[in-house]
Amino acid sequence: MADSQTELLVLGGGPGGYPAAFEAADHGMKVLLVDEGARPGGVCLNRGCIPSKALLHIAKLINESHEASEWGLTFSSPKIDLAKLRDFKNGVITKLSGGITELSKVRGVKLVAARGTFLDANTVELKHADGKIERVSFEKAIIATGSSPAVPPMFQLGDPRVMDSTGALELADIPGSLLVVGGGYIGLEMGTVYAALGSKVTVVELTSGLLPGADRDLVRPLQKRLEKQFAALHLNTKVEALKATKAGIEATLAGEGVAPKMTFDRVLISIGRRPNSKGFGLEATGVAVDEKGFIKVDRQLRSSVPHIFAIGDIAGEPMLAHKATREAKIAVEAMNGGKAEFDNIAIPAVVFTDPEIAWCGLMEHEAAARNIEVKVVKFPWAASGRATTLSRNEGLTKLIIDPKTERVLGVGLVGVNAGEMIAEATLAVETAAVARDLAETIHAHPTLSETLMEAAESVFGQATHSYRPKRS
Amino acid sequence: MSIEFKADNLGDGVKSGDVAAIMVAVGDVIQAGHIIMEIETDKAVLPLPCDKAGKVTQLLVKKGQTITPGQAVLMLDPVAAGVPSMNGGAKSSATAAVASPPAKTTNTVVATSAAALAKAPLPASSGRDLPLPAGPATRRLARELGLNLASISGSGSGGRITLEDVARAAAGSGGGSGRVVEPPLPDFSKYGEVERVAFSKLQKTSANNLSLAWQVIPHVTQHDLSDITETEALRKRFVENAAKGSPKVTMTVLAMKAVVACLKEFPNFNSSFDSAKGEIVQKKYFNIGIAVDTPNGLVVPVVKHVDQKSILELAAELTELATKARDRKLQLADMQGGTFTITTLGGIGGTSFTPIVNYPEVAILGMSRSQKQLQLVDGNVTERLMLPLSLSYDHRVVNGADAARFTVKLCNMLSSAFSMLIG
Repeated sequence: MADSQTELLVLGGGPGGYPAAFEAADHGMKVLLVDEGARPGGVCLNRGCIPSKALLHIAKLINESHEASEWGLTFSSPKIDLAKLRDFKNGVITKLSGGITELSKVRGVKLVAARGTFLDANTVELKHADGKIERVSFEKAIIATGSSPAVPPMFQLGDPRVMDSTGALELADIPGSLLVVGGGYIGLEMGTVYAALGSKVTVVELTSGLLPGADRDLVRPLQKRLEKQFAALHLNTKVEALKATKAGIEATLAGEGVAPKMTFDRVLISIGRRPNSKGFGLEATGVAVDEKGFIKVDRQLRSSVPHIFAIGDIAGEPMLAHKATREAKIAVEAMNGGKAEFDNIAIPAVVFTDPEIAWCGLMEHEAAARNIEVKVVKFPWAASGRATTLSRNEGLTKLIIDPKTERVLGVGLVGVNAGEMIAEATLAVETAAVARDLAETIHAHPTLSETLMEAAESVFGQATHSYRPKRS
Repeated sequence: MSIEFKADNLGDGVKSGDVAAIMVAVGDVIQAGHIIMEIETDKAVLPLPCDKAGKVTQLLVKKGQTITPGQAVLMLDPVAAGVPSMNGGAKSSATAAVASPPAKTTNTVVATSAAALAKAPLPASSGRDLPLPAGPATRRLARELGLNLASISGSGSGGRITLEDVARAAAGSGGGSGRVVEPPLPDFSKYGEVERVAFSKLQKTSANNLSLAWQVIPHVTQHDLSDITETEALRKRFVENAAKGSPKVTMTVLAMKAVVACLKEFPNFNSSFDSAKGEIVQKKYFNIGIAVDTPNGLVVPVVKHVDQKSILELAAELTELATKARDRKLQLADMQGGTFTITTLGGIGGTSFTPIVNYPEVAILGMSRSQKQLQLVDGNVTERLMLPLSLSYDHRVVNGADAARFTVKLCNMLSSAFSMLIG
């Protein structure tokens, strides 16, 4: 027998779960939000997006303090108080997490810190930190259990010097040398942080390029800068083994021009993430899971069991917090009889390196793979006044355009603040704006956003600050 | 080298269709004109012939998938086409061995494109595989109104569909009176087990058309009984004596003939109402739609120029259309151009019903099951065979007195076969 009952159970308090709980409460539902962490917010807030951005902010400041000498402003080398730096990062988490707790309270969402395990499709068992166990029956459920860093068994040495992203964010020390396994966004962001703090960072990537899946035009300026900041970038290289030694973690590497054995003070494994679909009784609900471990959902985020929904990383790629939040709203509306469905055209992706990379919608290589005819226009930031004032001209704004209608199908950005600029681009793609809509909207001067306007101008004419000689 | 076959033509004005069946498999050798798939559009299930000959090397679509005109649906290797047709069954194995090196090359190509296909989030296509040009608010409105965004043309830049376009489309289909949006359903599973069964495209189309007609047309139904004792006796005798294999003359066929005579006398029943211009569009041709109940849903094939055909010709044509309807072989043209519809439940039962006018027509005749009744004839109680008729009409176009006159004339014609000859 259940000890209590609720209308809606939300399992997982990350950027999918807590917005779902709030939205449901705002719809008048009785909501129980269960998160096993001491602080709600999920990976994003506690071990992901937020703490990494706090650290990247510091990294940027350190880098700029060095670069400033070029502009006639010389600082002495920064002194790093690691404990205080960690406190800053943790303070950010505590502040935001406290906000979620407070918002739960005012909305009447019952927030419980416990590990939830399904007993059947209408009952969950909650195990509290103090060992207390209770059973709750629910009418509907939203599963938002997220994902975890994937660490293959061969890298699981049981040695704290081999870390996943969670370990890296804890910032136990500043290692003299750090090996980053995997040149994806997590590896490059954390590599940037550690490099700025003084570690010699070596990145090893299995494929032929950093950030597999991203547009090469966007990756190029980043790679050029990282080559200066990092000790080494090894592409087409495989980590065949890791061994814990007294001197450090010895890595066996296979790749052209790479020393076969190298020793590092620490290793970060950042090769990807896996959906959390095991270990909480999902089987007992009858919810169908695909071969990769994602819960199968329809366009309304409804699982194979009609009263159970799944959102966020557990519901499929791309594993991005903002996708989860959008899905939360759809799932709640759908379970209340609304006709919402996930029909978004553009899900922005941002890599918070320096320069930042951001894109949304259709990319040039995807258009080629899908045999879609597109027109590609590029506006180099060498022609941007604002970029010049920042002494950061390496950026690029790239538009993917439908040649027939001049509709903006995709946008790629690389440069400082690309992550903020992608918002306008996403709005353009999502609302099916055409190049003229962007070109004839007044953009504030001098800003980096002007590059979107100018790129759009060159779709049908000439950009003010960039001239392509006419072909005769 | 494999070539693509694209489904270029799905029928006039058809913007998308679902793959209802795939009749070929990888490895099949087909001749030009071979029917490779059945495509269910919102109007009919259409056979899709392939105009090229060759060996099917890859299917690019799956059953149930929605395709658009111009979308590539399969790859075929034209080189392999000649092999069986030149040699016939037994000898082909030797030839096949000779032909195997090029075939291998083909396979490699196919494998590569299959890998690309697997990677792509949407099926690869050569054409306009783009999301519909409409913003989130517009898409939501269309969803809430139950409108298919793909069928709404955009007035914005680059063909962008605006909120106003959707509102206009809704007003158009709802007769300008504002469409009623159904409130959300309760959770029925609270009370017991439920099962959700998907509506087919055909069912959706019928549902939309019926709602539209119901909302736009002020319906009135006129009921009457026709004494068909003698006509039915004559009909039976004719059918019994008819040569084997000659088409079956049914009461529906006779009703078609009688209806045309009535339509000629009352031309407003053979019209459409142009509410925007405030005009009645009277048609000088007489095409009668016959509602056919099929396992896949209701379809209304149209018999053209009924006034110019003999009863036997009509019987033959109706039999053919009904068969096509049940086999899902009707072409779009078979269902277009109707001016009046007849729907019959005579084979099942009932004493009367209120059929819904098949918009943009203005009247529909329903026929129930004929039954023996006691009638007073010249002061004597006699057994007569009575056919219940139910004529629904658009009261904006037809007034009640005319509907009664129409029905009375129709009853009289069906009572007296002779009148049909001169009518």
